[in-house]
Amino acid sequence: MEKPVLEGKVWSFPDNINTDLILPGRAQYFTEEEQMKVVFEANRPGWVDEVQQGDIIVADRNFGLGSSRPAARSLRNVGVACLVAESINGLFFRNCVNWGFLALECPGVAAAFEEGDIAKVSFEDFTVTNTRTGETLQAGAVPDALLATMQAGGVLPVLEAEGLIAKE
Amino acid sequence: MGMTAIEKILARNSDQEVVKPGDLVVVEVGTAVLYDNNLIPANWRDVLSVKHPERVVMVFDHRVPAKDIMSATAHSVGRRFVEKFGIERFHDVGPTQGISHALIADHGYALPGTVLVCGDSHTCSAGVFNCAARGTGSPDMLYAVTKGETWFKVGETVRYDLTGSLAAPASTKDVLLHIANEYGDHATMNVEFGGPALENLSLNARRTITTMGAELSAEFATFEPDPVMLDYVRERNPGVAFEEQYPDEDANYYGRHTIDLTAIEPLVAMPDAVLNNSKPAREFGGEKIDQAFIGSCANGTLDDLAVAAEVLDGKTVSSDVRLIVTPGSQLIYKQALKAGYIEKIMDAGAVVTNATCGACGGGHLGILSAGETCITASTRNFKGRMGDADSRVFMGSPATVAASAIRGTITDPRDITGEG
Repeated sequence: MEKPVLEGKVWSFPDNINTDLILPGRAQYFTEEEQMKVVFEANRPGWVDEVQQGDIIVADRNFGLGSSRPAARSLRNVGVACLVAESINGLFFRNCVNWGFLALECPGVAAAFEEGDIAKVSFEDFTVTNTRTGETLQAGAVPDALLATMQAGGVLPVLEAEGLIAKE
Repeated sequence: MGMTAIEKILARNSDQEVVKPGDLVVVEVGTAVLYDNNLIPANWRDVLSVKHPERVVMVFDHRVPAKDIMSATAHSVGRRFVEKFGIERFHDVGPTQGISHALIADHGYALPGTVLVCGDSHTCSAGVFNCAARGTGSPDMLYAVTKGETWFKVGETVRYDLTGSLAAPASTKDVLLHIANEYGDHATMNVEFGGPALENLSLNARRTITTMGAELSAEFATFEPDPVMLDYVRERNPGVAFEEQYPDEDANYYGRHTIDLTAIEPLVAMPDAVLNNSKPAREFGGEKIDQAFIGSCANGTLDDLAVAAEVLDGKTVSSDVRLIVTPGSQLIYKQALKAGYIEKIMDAGAVVTNATCGACGGGHLGILSAGETCITASTRNFKGRMGDADSRVFMGSPATVAASAIRGTITDPRDITGEG
């Protein structure tokens, strides 16, 4: 499978963005569609109306701290193409893989971007470039098997294809 | 270079001699724990095949008894799954009801040296049993249940050596808040606990630390084995073989810190974050509270109820405060009844609920309105965690929460008990 190279407008987020901010607890038992409407409602009200298909989130340390809830799926569903953070909570990263949402850890990325910059993210060589400043950073590699799952839309299509779970 | 305890567990279960940070390992899942949040329509798919039904545990905990139609629907899905695949370890509403992590401890489901996954983030709780226990997402659980395996990225390990002994009413909750304050997040890394203080710490006290490992953003939180833990597990698993894993003497740690428990004082985390956000309980200058909560997988143990009863004994909860106490399991609830804890807690004016995650996740049984302030002995204090985004949640130990409920303001428990 060809590895993705993306370009998108950057939304900047600080460190320790937790899952309860991405997908508030009150929406845990909502439908997938209803969950899209409440993303970041407590810390960034109105953001869901501004974010565009293909935008990229650039964040500081420890993105996704917290719960196992499908917060990564909500970011994917509102149109975010990719997450690049200084570091990503391990459980959140699992959910990125398993819900089919591209994510990378990249030291220095928070300082290298201002909101509104255009980021070019390559999963071929795991580099992140700021097209305004020309700066290119080396991100950590995502193992092939995990990247393939992210690209395939997560793990559910894999289990469907193997006849282990029912089709939606 | 040797391996840390978690590296050795992951190596064993992926049939490798050695694993090291940076590796991606595929491991056999020894125990897979499903719970009600996995079963809601937005997260669940009909399962057609289960690899090892005897390795699956089903628990309803977040919203039990069902608090609305959606949770009732999830529970129905779970009952059908249990029936279809003959799952024997099933914790429905009833006498074995409880929070998954409390039940794993009550029943000895986590075997040392094995891998346990559950769809809830506080699964690291079972690391107290020297188990590679990890919270995963719902799709992860479908994968583990149908294929019998899962994957982990091996992270670096930070080792904490615990020395000394706690001066009551300081507790392991205060120890964890201290670590979160001093060392911040541990994203992508494991935490390992050991040292001479273990002999002074009950399994319940240790489990508060591993459960709160999720709040350090750690991957795995693992205790070194000791006879107390091993005897506890053996008692609940007669005739079952397992191999606990000790870290190698020359294990390769990313960092190593000594925590002197003797110096730990009651701490309280301020609203919205556990990391780098606590100060001594005495420094809150009469901060008023509307609600106080003791419960969850972190602080719903029998030890926690004992401490609450001791602080509340003969005292009265402030008329301005609702004190809600939620045991971690119905078994713990019954033990606390027999020990007389529940009567003392209720006589002081608290409401004791059935075992469930309850108010901790803002699911039910104690949701906060805008403008309200709560102090909680539970897992998290994120913005909006226990209700409206404009409520505030402080976090402390059960002793600190009980003391604060009596005064109506955030209070160091030593100001009530006269200890320390």
